Amino acid sequence: MTELLALDFMQRALLAGLLTGLAAPAIGTYLVQRRLALMGDGVGHIAITGVALGLLTGTAPVLTAVAVAIVGASAIELIRARGRTSGDVALALLFYGGIAGGVLLIGLAGQGAATLNTYLFGSLTTVSPSDLLVVVVLAAAVLVTAVGLAPQLFAVCQDEEFARVSGLPVRALSVLIAVMAAVTVTVAMRTVGLLLVSALMVVPVATAQQLTRSFRGTFVAACGLGVVACLSGIVTSYYADVAPGATIVVLALGGFGLAAALGTVVRRRRGAVAPLVAEGPETEVVLADAPHQVADDHASHKHGGECGHPAVEHGDHVDYVHDGHLHAAHGDHWDEH
Amino acid sequence: MTAPSPDNSPAVQVTGLSVALDGRVVLHAVDLSVRPGEVVAVLGTNGSGKSTLIRTVVGLLPAAAGEVRLFGTPVGRFRQWRRVGYVPQRITAAGGVPATVQEVVTSGRLSRRKLLRPVTQTDRAAVDAALEAVGLADRRRDAVAELSGGQQQRVLIARALAGEPELLILDEATSGVDLASQAVFADAVRTLVRRGTTVVLVSHDLGPMDLLIDRCVVLRAGVVAYDGPPHGAQTHAHVHPHGPDVETPGWLPQ
Repeated sequence: MTELLALDFMQRALLAGLLTGLAAPAIGTYLVQRRLALMGDGVGHIAITGVALGLLTGTAPVLTAVAVAIVGASAIELIRARGRTSGDVALALLFYGGIAGGVLLIGLAGQGAATLNTYLFGSLTTVSPSDLLVVVVLAAAVLVTAVGLAPQLFAVCQDEEFARVSGLPVRALSVLIAVMAAVTVTVAMRTVGLLLVSALMVVPVATAQQLTRSFRGTFVAACGLGVVACLSGIVTSYYADVAPGATIVVLALGGFGLAAALGTVVRRRRGAVAPLVAEGPETEVVLADAPHQVADDHASHKHGGECGHPAVEHGDHVDYVHDGHLHAAHGDHWDEH
Repeated sequence: MTAPSPDNSPAVQVTGLSVALDGRVVLHAVDLSVRPGEVVAVLGTNGSGKSTLIRTVVGLLPAAAGEVRLFGTPVGRFRQWRRVGYVPQRITAAGGVPATVQEVVTSGRLSRRKLLRPVTQTDRAAVDAALEAVGLADRRRDAVAELSGGQQQRVLIARALAGEPELLILDEATSGVDLASQAVFADAVRTLVRRGTTVVLVSHDLGPMDLLIDRCVVLRAGVVAYDGPPHGAQTHAHVHPHGPDVETPGWLPQ
């Protein structure tokens, strides 16, 4: 273990992993709360074009990836805000465009699949000191925003309409969440890789909420789980000589399996202590059952479209106004309503 | 300077409002004025446009024609959202991640909280009072998703109360709530009304709120069909009126 920590590239990889493990679940909690769990996946696809653009132009791929991912994530958010059903399809087009554009540009840059693989699935040895600086700055920015604006982001993700009537700048905060997701994708690019980054945003959150009741508890537990998965995944991948991304995600999924089993047991225990009983005040009272007055003197007349008595819609049936009171059909007679 | 000072203005002023959803006109030339301190019920059957009216009033939907003013300011330029409490029509109060009752109700304080400041003592007291008002003080640490539908609805009402609004707008807020909870809530609203809170509530069934209502507005097919005093407990007669009856004051000619 000490010889591992003595290696420069492993120090960088572990630091990048620590920050990724914190930042990805932090933004992931908001995405899951908003039921946008797959947003990270989409942004990851788009970032591939950014990486390729960097390789093609000789710029640092981290920077071009962050730029393209931010543009793509903001586009996703704006399409989503339109609220049209076609938004779904527009998102899919954006994802495919991202991955196809990336592969195409990489080909033009004369780089092979091996280069692309290090970005798609992560690579320990490729984190350069300048990359690490970018990762540290971006991850810090994401974490500070996720914690500092927690009340506002919570409100927007919990109930967008209520947030708007609270006077929050919902559009701006939504774009901010998308931008944070894009930045996190780039941060995680070197350790987990673009294709599996979304897993690190979602799986720790899903694991945490097996056992938590509060948003704050879920947030903190997810970040902790993310760090554990990242660090242990990086160490394992060094010894087993496999791609770190896949190792991290498999470990995180294993954690989810454990938590799901544990959560079932805990809930069963809780249920045994406090069985779910029908509370008195919670039972629905059906008012309509109480009065049932049969209209007398009604043998001669049958209400209908042509009878001349005004028809009035009343819940699930139609009443007829008859000398100042309402009559409704009930089997073979007419009730007073 | 003939413009009235904002504080003497009606809490809600709707003038000639038309709203279209997907090109279909849902509200047509609606006028409505709610004075401060008034309790107004907006009634109507499903599809009569009552939710559309309320959502336009709080600025969630754009007006095709006409204008909405809150406390004298057009809703598009209105910034004093701390004065407004809104209870949206919802089936559940839960999101994709667990959240406690306390966390959700505390988000009702956001219109009053400053950016990057922690929750103050005043915020806590307001949240406590709101939870007491809806009878959920003992459930504050429970996850919202674990509560029954009626209790979740009460969480949303408490969230609006936590902001200590001058104008409380409820969109079918008590429709999923059992009668006992409605009575608890009616008591809470009675206390607010005594303090001068304006209340606009949308419903198709008033239940225990009935006696609090100062005025009923009945919408039918996107048009105001009735605007006048409630007639005792026979509120269903307004929702399902006996046809246009211009003899009774309040019924408007169609």
